[in-house]
Amino acid sequence: MAFTAGIDIGTRMTKTLIYNTDSKEIVAAVIDLTGHNLGAAAQRTFDAALAKAGLKAADIGYVATTGYGRYQVEFRNIQITEISCHSKGALKLFPKTQSVLDVGAQNSRAMRVAPNGRVTSFRMNEKCASGAGRFIERVAGALEIELDQFGPMSLKAANPQEISSVCAVLAESEVINHVTEGQEIEDILMGANNAVSDRIVALLRQVKVEPEVTLTGGVAKNAGMVKALENRLELSLNVSELSEYAGALGACVFASERLAKMGQRVAA
Amino acid sequence: MYVAGVDVGSTQTKAVILDGDKKIVGRGLTHTGANVIAAAQRAFDEARQEAGVQQDEVTYTIGTGYGRYKVPFGDTQVTEISCHARGACYLFPATRTVLDIGGQDTKGIRTNELGEVVDFVMNDKCAAGTGRFLAAAAEVMGLTLDQLGETSLRSQKALRITNVCTVFVETEIMAQLARGRSVEDILHGVHNSISGRSVSLLRRVGLEPEITMTGGVARNVGMVSALEERMQLKINVSADSHYVGALGASIFAWEREFAHVAAGERKGE
Repeated sequence: MAFTAGIDIGTRMTKTLIYNTDSKEIVAAVIDLTGHNLGAAAQRTFDAALAKAGLKAADIGYVATTGYGRYQVEFRNIQITEISCHSKGALKLFPKTQSVLDVGAQNSRAMRVAPNGRVTSFRMNEKCASGAGRFIERVAGALEIELDQFGPMSLKAANPQEISSVCAVLAESEVINHVTEGQEIEDILMGANNAVSDRIVALLRQVKVEPEVTLTGGVAKNAGMVKALENRLELSLNVSELSEYAGALGACVFASERLAKMGQRVAA
Repeated sequence: MYVAGVDVGSTQTKAVILDGDKKIVGRGLTHTGANVIAAAQRAFDEARQEAGVQQDEVTYTIGTGYGRYKVPFGDTQVTEISCHARGACYLFPATRTVLDIGGQDTKGIRTNELGEVVDFVMNDKCAAGTGRFLAAAAEVMGLTLDQLGETSLRSQKALRITNVCTVFVETEIMAQLARGRSVEDILHGVHNSISGRSVSLLRRVGLEPEITMTGGVARNVGMVSALEERMQLKINVSADSHYVGALGASIFAWEREFAHVAAGERKGE
């Protein structure tokens, strides 16, 4: 049996998957806050995943890293960009994917992918939190809402409030004003989802939307955001419980392909 | 006869009272908070106390700033752009360019010798280059706003801050602290980043000396130093820089009240 590992060190969360290359199944998944030490976050989630799978580091034939901290992992065999890994991961989850939307804490990316997994075009916002998960985090913080409550609460909105600030920092003050004016929290939360989804959709339109569209990254867990995006795109999005792990999954698939090639070379 | 100006900012509310000789006799400063009306009253009362003046002795009051329509005792409102220009020229008559860095917006204003606005540009879309950017940095480093300037001046070498977005800069600062960079050098970099944005804003209205800095950030010596270094110009800063918007409003009030007196139409007569 051969195993590979994919580690996605994001600005907020680090995700590690261990993958059985024979059965093509995920055998362990671990997610944890990244914190300041990127290398340590990778090591911590990798060790936890090994323990879950009942494996030792020596059992892992190939380790591929991706994400913002991909160069900080000393035990990696290779590092691969998030753009490639999220596309690969999205195709693994939903084989008919043609467009990928990855919304993480600090970055939003839109990719067009060919059936073989090749990325044919992409757009990215990495300059500003306005279209990224941090916008939602800031609003949640200002309203003292747990992040995992954001989606379910926002879906109860009857009258979504418009958030006119583009800037995540200025939106905090605006949101607090809405509260003092007596607006419903649910309506404000959905307003924030609408504001962020407007900017994400603008990014996706630049690469031209082709269904099926798969959503990856942590923001996929926010059901309110998924709904806001679907309303704007007028199509339904592929979302999986593993959407947040899509980058790590793509890294596992790349690692397995590398491992197979190495095996062929040795055999030859 | 007394007049007042109340500047209700996004973060702080300021009030100034002038006497009949156009001299500042009272100042008030308070956090705006959620209740804008109460903040305006608090700042006004504080200024009245310093001046030793009853509310009915203040015959004309002008509100300015983002909450200017919520000053219940205000006779009228004037935009903060006009007020900052007028106030800056009162403190430094040779002022031709005003840089106002407030809590949530930054303005560059060009004025003439009368203290009138010739042109202005404003950033109110993004927190980069505003007081909020500094407040975020202070919070990440566990410092108060008052400590920022002095601390950054102790830096030997500025660290380059690569992010523009305030939210991302918080992450960047934490990463730099984790790497063992000094608080001083990081802060120096933060001040350089804001001064870069402010100077490019000013260049859009034309950077004509003298330059007067207004708004709460003018109290930050590190910011003033970073701006002077970048522009290679001296900047006018007064102990009253923070009150310039309210001061400008009180001057407009003084002019109106004076005109009323001259025309014999003083209220209640």
